[in-house]
Amino acid sequence: MINKRLSRYTGIRNAGINPKGFHVSQIKFYVILTPLSALMLLPIIYIFSSAFKPPDELFAFPPRFFVVNPTTQNFTDLFSKLSTSGIPISRYLFNSILITVITVAASIMVSSAAAYSLSKKRFKLKKMLFAINNVALMFVPIAVTIPRFLVIVELNLLNTFWVHILPVLAMPVGLFLLKQFIDGIPDEVIEAAQIDGASDWWIYWRIILPMIRPALATIAILTFQSAWSNAEISTLYINEESLRTLAFYLTTLTPANATAVNTVAGQGIAAAAALIMFLPNLIMFIILQGQVMSTMSHSGLK
Amino acid sequence: MQTKQTLAREEAIKQPYPTERTLAGFFQRWLIKEGSAYAFLSPYGLLFIIFIVVPVLSAFLLSFTFFDTIQPPHFIGLNNYISLLTQDDTFMKYVLPNTIQFAVIVGPGGYALAFMLAWMLAQLPRLPRTIFALILYSPSMTASVAMAVVWKTLFSGDQTGYLNSFLMGMGLLREPIQWLQSPQYLMPIMIVVTLWSSMGIGFLAMLAGILEISPELYEAATIDGMSSRWQEIFYITIPSMRPQMLFGAVMSIVGTFQAGAIGVTLSGSNPTPQYAGQLIVNHVEDYGFLRYEMGYAAAVSVVLLLMVLFFTRVANRLFASDT
Repeated sequence: MINKRLSRYTGIRNAGINPKGFHVSQIKFYVILTPLSALMLLPIIYIFSSAFKPPDELFAFPPRFFVVNPTTQNFTDLFSKLSTSGIPISRYLFNSILITVITVAASIMVSSAAAYSLSKKRFKLKKMLFAINNVALMFVPIAVTIPRFLVIVELNLLNTFWVHILPVLAMPVGLFLLKQFIDGIPDEVIEAAQIDGASDWWIYWRIILPMIRPALATIAILTFQSAWSNAEISTLYINEESLRTLAFYLTTLTPANATAVNTVAGQGIAAAAALIMFLPNLIMFIILQGQVMSTMSHSGLK
Repeated sequence: MQTKQTLAREEAIKQPYPTERTLAGFFQRWLIKEGSAYAFLSPYGLLFIIFIVVPVLSAFLLSFTFFDTIQPPHFIGLNNYISLLTQDDTFMKYVLPNTIQFAVIVGPGGYALAFMLAWMLAQLPRLPRTIFALILYSPSMTASVAMAVVWKTLFSGDQTGYLNSFLMGMGLLREPIQWLQSPQYLMPIMIVVTLWSSMGIGFLAMLAGILEISPELYEAATIDGMSSRWQEIFYITIPSMRPQMLFGAVMSIVGTFQAGAIGVTLSGSNPTPQYAGQLIVNHVEDYGFLRYEMGYAAAVSVVLLLMVLFFTRVANRLFASDT
């Protein structure tokens, strides 16, 4: 019954915007978007082609974007260096994957529950709490580096697995975004469910979450990216090698300032490592952004 | 399952509403009225207080102290703020004007660009849309190092830099320009590069927002005689996605005021050449992590927060929902 009412709200996105196929009127958009995209693609092209550049091309003067004689030497170097390290690479990889998975899932749950409460519940402090969240979002992160470090020391979180996860779970941006999307769900949907006897948890799990899938996917993209490529936590809060992440390990392979130092082998390895770190981001974006689109295109069919 | 829930609900209603005027009664009433709201809020709230509120508040308190990270901070009242406003020549002469100039162009510019591109993407079928979305978002995804290298190659200061060799080939330039080291060009280049990478989370949110709008609204508008796409944008698209528009606006305000890495990465130094690309965040870093005057750095970041808050209020006025 609830589902029936729901479909009235979710089942009407189709046609017009978000077309099914090609139309002549779309040509103008392609004309504008294609040259812009060519410009935006530069860093990706650069990352891919650098990873396959032999040393003489990496240091070529003038520098080139495209690789002329592609080689997999950089990857061979990278893997031979990995096999000589004290701790097996799989350990770092395992840490990174576990941390990323837990962070993304937990962060989404925690933020969306809070967002539901701040958007649809009625309580006195609601507006104030939301305002506090947004002020926190506006405070420059670097100014809180030292106080946050002290908090983590006080909580005895240094050198633990959880220091990778707990401090980053509450993400003000995520809460803000999710709350904005939940605001867009008509109150009637929730009232109808309440009349039908649905519990709070049921409403949250079966109505709110499915209806904000695009927002969830968007936040997942953001969280994944920051969790996967986070080397900072390993640097600041972890001394034990076996608790560090892949992102951190790959930064240690090359001198701290990879752009300035002229270590030939280091540059090649750094380029290969950059590609390896970047690929998961790319893949996750494609999968998750597909989620944003598919909610819309499928719901119209029913 | 449904009936079970209904029963439980009736059971709950049957229980007498606590009316005692004791503390316990008050608490019980509060629990029934607002308990579930706080239950949903509490996991986030707890983490938020520990890892965000406490550090931000301590940074705020630090702004009233002198703190060199070695000795414990000692209270000096408003002195940091006073010297920021009266004695910090660099701040008044370069940092503040730079930040405002940067923010005024990049903020609205990047925001408009993100919205227009999101809108255009929404007019395309799914596959090309995903591909374009990926490409447009990619500058926000690639690490800043890769980005800096790309732009450094383009703007390289000698005749082999792409831009220099192009302009010299065209006969427009006689000798190469030190693009990234000259105070004159650094700021415009920073603005271009930031605009180029401004399709971030706000852009994705707006794209999802546009796709979310019910097509019935557009159909109804067409029946009512709305003919141009511009009318459609201003009377249907934007009003129907106010929450996402507000989110995008706040994110671009926060993003532009918190930008700082860009000038330093491009020019390769903090402070940037003749302070040409010095933004407030660089100033915070300069004092906090190069001179170790954390108290002063905290004061600068509080001033930055106030600026961001002011502009966010403006955005709030524009997009606040009526409810």
